[in-house]
Amino acid sequence: MKPVAFDYYAPASSEEALATLAELGYDGKVLAGGQSLIAAMNFRMSRPAALVDLNNVPELAYINPTAEGGLAIGTMTRVSDVEHSEEVARRFPLLTEVAKFIAHPQIRRRGTFGGAIAHADPAGQLPGISLLMNMKCLLKSSEGERWVDAPDLIIGPFMTVIEPQEMLSEIVLDPFPARTGCKYVQVARQSGGYAQSAVGAIVTLDENGVCQVARVVLMGVYEIPILSEKAAEVLVGNKPSPEVYAAVAEAVQAEIDPATDLAATAEYRRSITRTLAVRCLTEAFDRARKGA
Amino acid sequence: MAKLFPIKVTVNGKEYEREVEARLLLSDFLRHDLGLLGTHVGCEHGICGACTILFDGEAVRSCLIFAVQANGHSVRTVESLGTPEELHPLQQSFHEKHALQCGFCTPGFLMTLVPFLEENPHPSEEEIREAIDGNICRCTGYEKIVEAVQDASEKLSQKK
Repeated sequence: MKPVAFDYYAPASSEEALATLAELGYDGKVLAGGQSLIAAMNFRMSRPAALVDLNNVPELAYINPTAEGGLAIGTMTRVSDVEHSEEVARRFPLLTEVAKFIAHPQIRRRGTFGGAIAHADPAGQLPGISLLMNMKCLLKSSEGERWVDAPDLIIGPFMTVIEPQEMLSEIVLDPFPARTGCKYVQVARQSGGYAQSAVGAIVTLDENGVCQVARVVLMGVYEIPILSEKAAEVLVGNKPSPEVYAAVAEAVQAEIDPATDLAATAEYRRSITRTLAVRCLTEAFDRARKGA
Repeated sequence: MAKLFPIKVTVNGKEYEREVEARLLLSDFLRHDLGLLGTHVGCEHGICGACTILFDGEAVRSCLIFAVQANGHSVRTVESLGTPEELHPLQQSFHEKHALQCGFCTPGFLMTLVPFLEENPHPSEEEIREAIDGNICRCTGYEKIVEAVQDASEKLSQKK
């Protein structure tokens, strides 16, 4: 058998899951879709003493509209359910687009939205997108609950501020203002493979076509996804143009520190990040102008 | 002695009751405990797709699910498709179009494509390629597999 031995709990409710996590403390680990965790356990890179399996807690899987016009997504919602949700496509087409890049259909069928964020795999798409969209994460424990914004949730590769007795229960997406455009682009060696570099952008224009807000995330080019400060500095207050996009592509070079590995050299990653930044911003601002 | 968990799981329409260690993968349960060797195990970390099975009717990796998680669920493997005398239309198309050579990846392709064709009876080539992007084949170059799926889509729609 590939993984090391572990104890297993299959709570039937959220409450029971939280009580089990509280009891287990540092020994407990939440099992959501398992599409990253079980692979890591098969390699014995991950060796949890006990798993608390949330797959028998149907109340944790939902996509509900919020009063603000956004969406609340239950942590156990399968990625493929997000991918095919009409509500998601209507309110957050960015997520529908991104979902197609996440691994493969069979993995998306089982993998969960919350699990992917809580796992904080630096190579995964959803942790980066959670920063980009500034998703609001609800952490629950048997003692109570707290809200953490995604950029404060992820603190390192596979590291979050989620305490052992806590679980990520719900993720809330706030609606975008008018004249906002979004885009995600990536380069990977094969369909469903990890991106060697990826860029996501959410930009908002004012009535005069000047960039008011710009959120740009860079993925695969640092130890964790980066919410670029340089990109926002260059973009905000300026009218978007090819020259501005090129300036952003240049400015973000100071923030990234790509690695050389089997998939790509650091130099190549820098080069494609330049190209991707321009492509991503061109399309995002185009969409913002169209009000999409 | 490791702790054992009792499970009740329906595999290819037959109910099995077994006791399993929590760390036993569903793929190994199917092969070692039930002797269903049609489910092939390649990479065992979710990349190759050879171990794809249907879990409550949906194509998933059996190497990324623990057997204990199948308790109360229904599993279908490649053994549930056709018999050597009467192949499933998709198997027949794979045979006729030479969509396999060594055959190692084939069960995973078939179990990925069976629900795909049910949901999408007339797929475009692009849709077919998207559906199988999680299955690796090192023999065919995928061309013949795509042809076989197109052929099966015709066979299946004539059948109805």
